[in-house]
Amino acid sequence: MSIPQRISAKDVHASQAPQLLRFITCGSVDDGKSTLIGRLLYESKSIFEDQLESLDKDSRKFGTQGAELDLALLVDGLAAEREQGITIDVAYRYFSTPNRAFIVADTPGHEQYTRNMATGASSADLAIILVDARKGILPQTRRHSFIVSMLGVRHIAVAINKMDLVGFDRAVFAQIEADYRVMAASLGFESVRFIPVSALQGDNVTTRSAATAWYDGPTLLEHLETVDTQTAAELDAPLRFPVQWVNRPNLDFRGYAGTIAQGTVKVGDEVSVVPRGRRSHIARIVTADGDLQEASAGQAVTLTLTDEIDVSRGDVLIGVVDRSLPRRDLRVRLLWTVDRPLISGARYLLKLATSTAEARVDLHQAIDIHSFTSSPARELAMNGIGIAHLTLDRMIFAADYRQTRDLGGLILIDRITNETVAFGLVESGPDDEPQRSLAEKAHALGLFVAGSLFGNPSEPLERSLADRLSWAVTGAIILGAVVYVISGNAALSFGVAAIDFVVRPVLRLFHRRLVLAVLDWRALRKSEDLADGGGI
Amino acid sequence: MIQMTHLQKLEAESIHIMREVAATCDNPVMLYSIGKDSAVMLHLAIKAFYPAKPPFPLMHVDTTWKFREMIEFRDQRMRDLGLDLIVHINEDGVAQGVNPFDSGSRVHTDVMKTQGLKQALDKYGFDAAFGGARRDEEKSRAKERVFSLRSDEHRWDPKNQRPEPWRLYNTRKRKGESFRVFPLSNWTEGDVWAYIAQEKIPVVPLYFASVRPVVERDGALIMRDDERMVLREGEEVQNKMVRFRTLGCYPLTGAVESTAATLEDIISEMQASRSSERQGRMIDHDGAGSMEQKKQEGYF
Repeated sequence: MSIPQRISAKDVHASQAPQLLRFITCGSVDDGKSTLIGRLLYESKSIFEDQLESLDKDSRKFGTQGAELDLALLVDGLAAEREQGITIDVAYRYFSTPNRAFIVADTPGHEQYTRNMATGASSADLAIILVDARKGILPQTRRHSFIVSMLGVRHIAVAINKMDLVGFDRAVFAQIEADYRVMAASLGFESVRFIPVSALQGDNVTTRSAATAWYDGPTLLEHLETVDTQTAAELDAPLRFPVQWVNRPNLDFRGYAGTIAQGTVKVGDEVSVVPRGRRSHIARIVTADGDLQEASAGQAVTLTLTDEIDVSRGDVLIGVVDRSLPRRDLRVRLLWTVDRPLISGARYLLKLATSTAEARVDLHQAIDIHSFTSSPARELAMNGIGIAHLTLDRMIFAADYRQTRDLGGLILIDRITNETVAFGLVESGPDDEPQRSLAEKAHALGLFVAGSLFGNPSEPLERSLADRLSWAVTGAIILGAVVYVISGNAALSFGVAAIDFVVRPVLRLFHRRLVLAVLDWRALRKSEDLADGGGI
Repeated sequence: MIQMTHLQKLEAESIHIMREVAATCDNPVMLYSIGKDSAVMLHLAIKAFYPAKPPFPLMHVDTTWKFREMIEFRDQRMRDLGLDLIVHINEDGVAQGVNPFDSGSRVHTDVMKTQGLKQALDKYGFDAAFGGARRDEEKSRAKERVFSLRSDEHRWDPKNQRPEPWRLYNTRKRKGESFRVFPLSNWTEGDVWAYIAQEKIPVVPLYFASVRPVVERDGALIMRDDERMVLREGEEVQNKMVRFRTLGCYPLTGAVESTAATLEDIISEMQASRSSERQGRMIDHDGAGSMEQKKQEGYF
């Protein structure tokens, strides 16, 4: 049994800690997740006596540990949660050691709260996945791992908890480690660390346990303090700066305020303004603490340009080496977050970085988060994950989510209720475009042309094509037969049938284009309030 | 690539949130309550919009029971910064004679603070109000969003809060609805003091230890800031070396005995402290979940 040793008081000063690590804890109701966080807060002295006093009161009332302090109650904040003994919402916790400050996203493990877990994972550098040593890898372990992987978390700490209940058996630990490695092989994690713990008793959480002499790795806290989550790719990526707010205090100053999403900017650098398509150079990097020569990802700055060009919120300043193009079509991975299901073909407002657009959502596939497989789908229920194609009403700058979280993560908003109905992760940024093979492009072009001629836009392309083609062929044959009966001339009949087969769809296409153009124009007039960002 | 410190990251996040409000809300206001969190929030607002001034007014909902030194500090600060401040007092409450001694802390806070705030927001038609609350202050605040949606009745529905992935905030709302926006959500008490020291931000002198006239009442040290506090039988005013960890209405804010007279002293005292800053706040002790209930009713 370990002897818990408090981290000394002078160590808990948050703000001298030079670095910040954000992490998320994933576990199900009985995995001991809240107890683990309570333990980290308690041992790092981030809990005060008056809070402990009220904890003591609550423990007697709601606790599951008899007269002992129930550390889980420290983190279950809402009254409903304390009564039901579950964590419903994302809660954020803060603690620190001399080396690092930590922001913990404490999220519920139930499948019906997948969106909360995704929220917590969206800004996390690392995820702690809790596994009950008695139960091993469960379906929820797969689900949690899949979600954090999808949201771009690259570093995992698997806390194998309740080791005290399996007699700190090394074989149990080794088996779970092996099972997890097999399960997570396809999830693309950069580092996975396995730690045997007992959150309830404190073993290997902040202090090394005497009961696990066979384990020579770090304690959970040591790992959190030392893990390196910076990726080399971030260091010299090209600049991407979404303009958030135009700063114009007087006629002599026009600055573009925003947070750098990727890369580094220096005074004198040449930048492109997308989707506008103009170029200029950085004149100044303005901050209230004086001008900078250079700034990089994560910094909130104000840039001025050497040329008087029109730039507004929603535009992105990118380094000229960045050949990415703005786009109106996005392939995204969607997580549906509300009760009403997504019906393919519906329209929503999209918000990505500082830009806003209207998006038509065509769902292609749903992904089973237990088996990691996908299948064709037309609907997505709450917490469902799918692959969809978004068609926007304007050009925006978007990047692959894996490359730039801030320019690849988006939300969809219902314009009647204003709810956030989905999270989206851009899968094929503009950079992926050249990677499509010539054959794929030809196929896409062929489908596009054929679809324009014969297809019905409200149906999947292949199905509507088969339907339309067979109808056009049938119509042409009947017309040919009628001409043959009247004229007796086989060549003429064949010619008329052929002309009918080609000309009728073309005429119909032009007709449809005209009708759609009129409808679009009317829709645009209605949504003109959106043009400036629509209050988003 | 510049490695940002913990405080630089927090600062950048807060600035991002403030700019998002300026860019997407029609009529925002910053609630300025004079304390250390408001001091940091105001400093960040000045940074966020530099060289322009913050593109929104500041407002103080005055309960008429603040420490006199707070009001002096407030007025001096506004003069120094050249900013305009709206001061709102719930005159109905004053007319009804609501006060913390006779009406009790609960009624006083509800009428003078919560109702006063709602009156002011309605009067000026503000659709977003910045507040300096932090998630580490209290359990139900740990789950508060950065953009907290309030109904047209200013109520908070904990079950109907929008998810906030990445730095993306859904700032759409219906007419009549409003946001309470918390740019310091991810700051801790330690971060606030360290930032005040780093940026040399002026704060109300009451945070620093000094000899002050206090009365021991209901287990707390209450500073007798003016004659309105009538001594009960057996009570006497003592001069003690005290300071305040948080500042509110003086009859509801307990002092702590301390000799910490500088920022460095305060920071090291806080690190050694074993009680939370809100311990001195009488209004928090109406039972577990009482902050959650106040928030649902429209409290910040």
